[in-house]
Amino acid sequence: MSRGWPIPAALAALSAAGLVAGLIGDGPWDLVASLSLLLPLGAAWWAGRRRG
Amino acid sequence: MSLRAWSRLHTWSSLACTLFLLLLCLTGLPLIFHEEIGRLTGAEIEATALPPGTPPADLDRVVAAARAARPGEVVQYLIWEDDPAILRLSLAPAADSPPDALTTVLVDARSAAVLGQPRDREGFLYWMLRLHTDLFAGIPGKLFLGAIGLLFVLATVSGAVLYGPFARHGRFGAVRAGRTARLRWLDLHNILGVVTLSWVLVVGATGVVNALAEQVLAVWRADQLAAMTAPWRGQPPVEAPGPVQAAVEAARQAAPGMEIFFVAWPQTPFSSPHHYAVFLRGGTPLTHRVLMPALVDAAEGGLTDLRPMPWYAQALLLSQPLHFGDYGGLPLKLAWAVLDLVTILVLGSGVWLWWRRRRGTAA
Repeated sequence: MSRGWPIPAALAALSAAGLVAGLIGDGPWDLVASLSLLLPLGAAWWAGRRRG
Repeated sequence: MSLRAWSRLHTWSSLACTLFLLLLCLTGLPLIFHEEIGRLTGAEIEATALPPGTPPADLDRVVAAARAARPGEVVQYLIWEDDPAILRLSLAPAADSPPDALTTVLVDARSAAVLGQPRDREGFLYWMLRLHTDLFAGIPGKLFLGAIGLLFVLATVSGAVLYGPFARHGRFGAVRAGRTARLRWLDLHNILGVVTLSWVLVVGATGVVNALAEQVLAVWRADQLAAMTAPWRGQPPVEAPGPVQAAVEAARQAAPGMEIFFVAWPQTPFSSPHHYAVFLRGGTPLTHRVLMPALVDAAEGGLTDLRPMPWYAQALLLSQPLHFGDYGGLPLKLAWAVLDLVTILVLGSGVWLWWRRRRGTAA
C-alpha cells in the first residue's frame, strides 16, 4: 500500500462497517451508519483546515 | 498494469458514464426524500384515527372494498405498508395483465374503508423515478443504466488506484490553494473522490444489481418457483381463487414469528397459475429485508410449500436498502443527500479537469 493510503483506507473501512452496522442493527446503529458515512468527509475538511 | 494505463482507464470510463451519472445523481436526490416530499405535497394518504387496539379487518372484506372501488378489475397484489393501518392493493383488468396496467387502491386495514387511489404514474416523483430507473425505456433502459453503473464502478476503482501515487506528494486533506485553479480542483477531485469511496462503491454496485431485478425475478421463476409448483404444471389456472384470509393464515401458521409483506395472486409474475404466493419477512432489521415465499393452493386452500429465497434473490433484496439509503431514518437520508451532492462535484470537477488538460495539450 502506498504511503498516502492508510488514512483514507481506514476511513473508507469505517464507513463501510457503519453502513453494514446500520443495516443489521436498529435505533442507535442507524445514527452510527449516518455519522460513519460522513466521517471521511469531516476528517478531510478538518485535516485541510489544519494544513491551511 | 502501468499507472498510465490506469489513468487512461479512469479517464475514459469516467467520461463514458459522467453524463448519465449526473442524471442519476440529480434524479436520485429527490427520490431519497420521496416520503417527506409526499407528505409535504399532500400526496401521501394517511389512515383515519381509530381507537387503539382496533382489530384488523378480514382481508376478503379489504379485497372486496378495493374491487368495488375499481369495478371490472381484479386484485394482483396485496401489500402491507410500513404503516400497519394501511393496505396497498394493486389491481388490473385481468389476472395476468402486465405491470404497466396496475392501478393502486389504499384500504384501511382495520375498517376496510377505501382511503384513496394514489396516482402512482404521474407527477414530479414519478418522472424522477422513471428517469432514474429506466429512462422511460423499460428493460433496455434499465440494462443500459446497469452498464453505466458498471462503468462507474470501474472509474471509481481506477480512481482509487491513482489516488495512491497522488497522495504520496501531499498530506491527507491538503489542497494546493495558492497554485493554479487546475491544481486546486485536482486536489479537491482526488480528496472528495477518496472520502466518498465506500459510499460510491456501495451505491454504484447495488445500483447495478437493482438494474437486473427483472432478470433475477425471471431466474427465480424458472428455478425455485418452478420446482415448488412442479406438481401443478400443465393444469389450467385457477380463475376464481379462494379466500385470501385463509391463505394468509395458513402461511402465518407455517412460519410463526414472521410477518406478512405481500400476497401475489395466481397468474402474476410472483406466483404460479394455481397458488397464492404469500411473502413473509423476519422481524429484525436485517431479516426484514429477506423474503420467504409460502405457496398456498388457491383453489383448495392449504400450504403446499415454504422455502427461503435463493442467494441471488436475497442479494437483490439486500442490495435495495444499500442503494436507497432508506433503512436509517432521516439522518441516513441526509448523509445520502450530502454524499450525492459531493459525487456531483467529483463528476463535474473530473470533466472540467479533463477539458482543461485537453485544452492545455492542444495549446
